[in-house]
Amino acid sequence: MSDTVGIAPSVRAVPRAGWHVGTVTAAIRETPNATRLEIEVDGWPGNAPGQHLDVRLTAPDGYTATRSYSIASSGDASRVVLAVDKLPDGEVSPFLVDEVRAGDLLEVHGPLGAFFVWRPGGDPRPVQLIAGGSGVVPLYAIAGARAQAGDETPFRLLYSVRTPGDVYFARELEALAGTSAPLRLDLVYTRRAPDGWPTPPRRITRELLEASVVPAAEHPLVYVCGSTGFVERIADWLVEFGHDPRSIRTERYGGT
Amino acid sequence: MSFITRGFSGRSRERDERLPPGQTLVHDFPVLSAGPTPDIDTADWEFTIRTESGSQSWNWDEFMALEIDEVSTDIHCVTHWSKLGTSWRGVSIDTLFEHVETGYDYVMAHSYGGYTTNVPLDELRGGKAWVAFEFDGEPLEPEHGGPARLLVPHLYFWKSAKWVRGLEMMPTDEPGFWEQNGYHLHGDPWKEERYW
Repeated sequence: MSDTVGIAPSVRAVPRAGWHVGTVTAAIRETPNATRLEIEVDGWPGNAPGQHLDVRLTAPDGYTATRSYSIASSGDASRVVLAVDKLPDGEVSPFLVDEVRAGDLLEVHGPLGAFFVWRPGGDPRPVQLIAGGSGVVPLYAIAGARAQAGDETPFRLLYSVRTPGDVYFARELEALAGTSAPLRLDLVYTRRAPDGWPTPPRRITRELLEASVVPAAEHPLVYVCGSTGFVERIADWLVEFGHDPRSIRTERYGGT
Repeated sequence: MSFITRGFSGRSRERDERLPPGQTLVHDFPVLSAGPTPDIDTADWEFTIRTESGSQSWNWDEFMALEIDEVSTDIHCVTHWSKLGTSWRGVSIDTLFEHVETGYDYVMAHSYGGYTTNVPLDELRGGKAWVAFEFDGEPLEPEHGGPARLLVPHLYFWKSAKWVRGLEMMPTDEPGFWEQNGYHLHGDPWKEERYW
């Protein structure tokens, strides 16, 4: 329809998705509830920052279970990094978090998704990243890619997390915040803040959000990732603040 | 398939024949969308079918006066969840096309917010698709596509465009928003047509 507001198509070539067998080279406890998996994937075509993949587990009788996970790494390398949060009633995530160890083989399909992606050296608009819990994974990939490329696009990350121990990529994020073109990192603790933190634990309110993001007047690209409730709330408020809905990209996790 | 994941036994062996390959049964209703949820008042809502020769539009009241179907169906999301026996109310695409002549075979569904998805017309006619405005006896919630969404349950659920505002007839099959971003042009869950 001619009056339809168009969304810029991303027709840029992305690596073709396919099934691959990867070898887990490291399984490291990321938080008390999450494990970082480093997987060397033979034939992996590389992936853009923000993409995801499917992991398929197969039981001896042929039963399979498949779930999608965001990728914390990007670039041409054949090594992909995941950080998997254990869901209370999950079938796949508890296995990946508690059972998988270095040397195991995993079937993965990807890279997937071409919209929740940001590439260095492209769009000059400032970038606001907003993460709830494990939703930080693809945003970390994006912020990491910017730093690795030496890209100086203004970047902010607003990260809502339960406690200091639940912060994913804590050291890496701190390093990104200390570069010459730093990532501005705003952490919001919802259950327990570090000793000496200026504010008590709190959730992101409308006021806090408005004060913590790149203003709409600067026309930022915004990436929001978290639970559906988190994403819906944040995205609604951003639109109320005057952010262009077409500049807000969302990704939700959920399911088991 | 010869691959076996060391140590994995899986939890459920109740394989329901209504579940396509690679799908997991859920009882909640997960949300997949690429941006904010648009806020659309039914007073402003309009649905348009545009063809090579013109267009036909309905406002909300006119739409509600059309013949309404009750639909019970399984739905399958590309992100690996399925829901069985969901109930909807909506207007069949067959009913809408009683008033429309076209020689074109392909459809681009357009949504408020700018999203698009492509579907061949044959996949929408013949009792296969609806414009639905009720889920489980309640008005369709905005995050699930309200006030009205396309319902094409035999294809992956991204084809069931949320916040639908119209159908545009096309002479050839062109990729919509989701398809340009990596999803399959057709999207049959029984063939696992997830990605291209």
